[in-house]
Amino acid sequence: MTKFLFTILMLVTFIPSHANAFCGFYVAKADAGLFNEASKVVMSREGERTVMTMVNDFKGDTKDFAIVIPVPTVIKKSQVNIGDIKIIDHLDAYTAPRLVEYFDSDPCQQIYMEMDMAAGNAPMAMKSRRVEESARALGVTIEESFSVGEYDILILSAKESDGLNKWLNQEGYKLPKGAEKVLKSYIKQDMKFFVAKVNLDKFESSGYTYLRPLQVAYESPKFMLPVRLGTLNAKGPQDLLLFTLTKTGRVEPTNYRTTKIPTGDNIPLFVADEFGEFYKAMFDTAVKKEKMKTVMLEYAWDMAWCDPCAADPIPAKDLRKMGVWWLNQEHGKPGRPVPMNRRIMPPQGGPVNAFVTRMHIRYTADSFPEDIMLQVTEDRENFQGRYVMQHPFKGKAQCEAAGSYYDGLKPRFDKEAKTLANLTGWDVNDIRRKMAKNGQSSNIKDDIKNEPWWENMWNQ
Amino acid sequence: MNDARHFQILILSSLLLFLVLWSDFAPSFAAVVLVVLSTLCMQFLFLKIFKIPSLDFRSPLITSLSLALLFKTNLIWLYPLAGVVAMSGKFLIRYNNKHLFNPANAAIVLGLILMPDHVWISPGQWGNAIWLAFALVCFAVLVLNKAGRVDMALFFLGSWVFLLFARALWLGDPLSIPIHNLQSGALLIFAFFMISDPMTTPNHRWGRLLFAFAVAVIAYILQYVFQVREAIFYALFMVCITTPIIDLILKDKIYQWRKV
Repeated sequence: MTKFLFTILMLVTFIPSHANAFCGFYVAKADAGLFNEASKVVMSREGERTVMTMVNDFKGDTKDFAIVIPVPTVIKKSQVNIGDIKIIDHLDAYTAPRLVEYFDSDPCQQIYMEMDMAAGNAPMAMKSRRVEESARALGVTIEESFSVGEYDILILSAKESDGLNKWLNQEGYKLPKGAEKVLKSYIKQDMKFFVAKVNLDKFESSGYTYLRPLQVAYESPKFMLPVRLGTLNAKGPQDLLLFTLTKTGRVEPTNYRTTKIPTGDNIPLFVADEFGEFYKAMFDTAVKKEKMKTVMLEYAWDMAWCDPCAADPIPAKDLRKMGVWWLNQEHGKPGRPVPMNRRIMPPQGGPVNAFVTRMHIRYTADSFPEDIMLQVTEDRENFQGRYVMQHPFKGKAQCEAAGSYYDGLKPRFDKEAKTLANLTGWDVNDIRRKMAKNGQSSNIKDDIKNEPWWENMWNQ
Repeated sequence: MNDARHFQILILSSLLLFLVLWSDFAPSFAAVVLVVLSTLCMQFLFLKIFKIPSLDFRSPLITSLSLALLFKTNLIWLYPLAGVVAMSGKFLIRYNNKHLFNPANAAIVLGLILMPDHVWISPGQWGNAIWLAFALVCFAVLVLNKAGRVDMALFFLGSWVFLLFARALWLGDPLSIPIHNLQSGALLIFAFFMISDPMTTPNHRWGRLLFAFAVAVIAYILQYVFQVREAIFYALFMVCITTPIIDLILKDKIYQWRKV
């Protein structure tokens, strides 16, 4: 029996991006489903306590699934849990870059109407004496062996990397080339290995059709994301979405630079129909500009509120399930559920004392040679990836002010076209053509004048 | 430009300008103004109090620029306070006509220890391209100017490079890892503007070698064993305490800023 070894952070997500309507205002989203090679990791960190949730959206045959993750300490059964994919998807949607839209008012009536649109979506067998003996003979110690949900889990420590390598191969794990060297480095750094594979009987009886997220809670000063094993047999760049939840503020890597994704730009209206494509192209361009050497910040915000909210607020109980164990401790009151269906929540010092950071990392072994070392900062400055569609006034405006309003539209559309071309690398003439089809042509004034009177009536 | 400090001020302000123009996490204008003004005012105040007939604002400017580049806080009033702490340490904690701690380093370390929920530094905020240019300029300027304590920067960087490469060899890691680790702007500011501060390092060359090596070793232990991300700053703070002892054993004359 040969199992493929899928190391953490090369697990692939293939969730098709469904266009779920949100509160009737849904426009578009840019969540992890867009990126083919995207894996998702949620880390909650406070003091030396870490809870790591890994989404294993492994698309191959379940029996081939196996992961090896370096962990700083021995992990016992009670420290491992099966997470709920829906909560992670919710966090993904909640923090996803968003498209908002505003409508120009009638230039003749200076009453400003505004509308936000947000984006949202969605070993026991090994315990035999034989296994232990063969492990010991190779200098590998099985520190713990247990199963949780559909996973059989081993916690290994080793003295020599060749022994560990040999033993893993013997047990049917196929390691990528070059793994031995990396394992050796981790062994010398006194790391343990969290090895999980799927127990097929349990998986079938569980009734799930996908592998559920694995959660591990541990206490260690080490706050890092081991990416080195995952880069070994990767074919090209990989995408990783790292979400962190902390009490104090934004999380940042200390050995890689962080850059913010471009945000706040006004872009043409047609992007609403292809927001996913837009975001992908924009992200590609931004990553290329930084030569794939930086960590991209997509969202950093106090969990007590959002503006605009890309998805319903995450209930306190779900935050706790993602490892926010300190929730409400300081407030001394029970976890009042976060009000639902509120799209803009003003800062109230509300019941949620958590700060979320969403980092999007595209990496290869060359651009990210080292594991990502992280630190929690006290920076609570809010940041989000947000793109603005500004709808021109569609009605018929006939007054003096209307003239200058329409004159101002042409340069505005032109600027939007150039901005979009800059952000995405798309051809500016293609953009202009698409804009014209969408009513954002440079001679909008004449278009509106020549528009049959009934057009506007039906479109109201 | 007849004092090495002029070049230092020029380098630090260019770096600050670069951050403000290009970095997404640059210090705010208010933060820079507050830290520079408070540091200069404190220098002025202490010169008056101690009746020192000098009006030298070059050293405090270097201190305040280093702070503006490294010190980060979410409480705006901590910026001027950092300047006050830096200068107070410089004028109040002295021995043998020298101050014990590097002012900017002391303010950073005290901030990290006393206000852990509000102060941090971001060692990862510099990119590779700027790093190389920065390293070359610092090195060239200090060497060409024969600034008194350029040896300190080189001793320290040498020890640090040695330790990181030795670690990589021991772990069997590719050399791209230590090279990547060295490409830190914070490390360069530390090496060229903090540890090489002539007023807080031993007078004797062998003492300085010992001092620099000790800082590197302690920083290494803090960083890799205790996972402290601000290891170099803590290490310098600790080793500074031993300077009077080193000076006592290895005697040499005190450094004077002079025209070169």
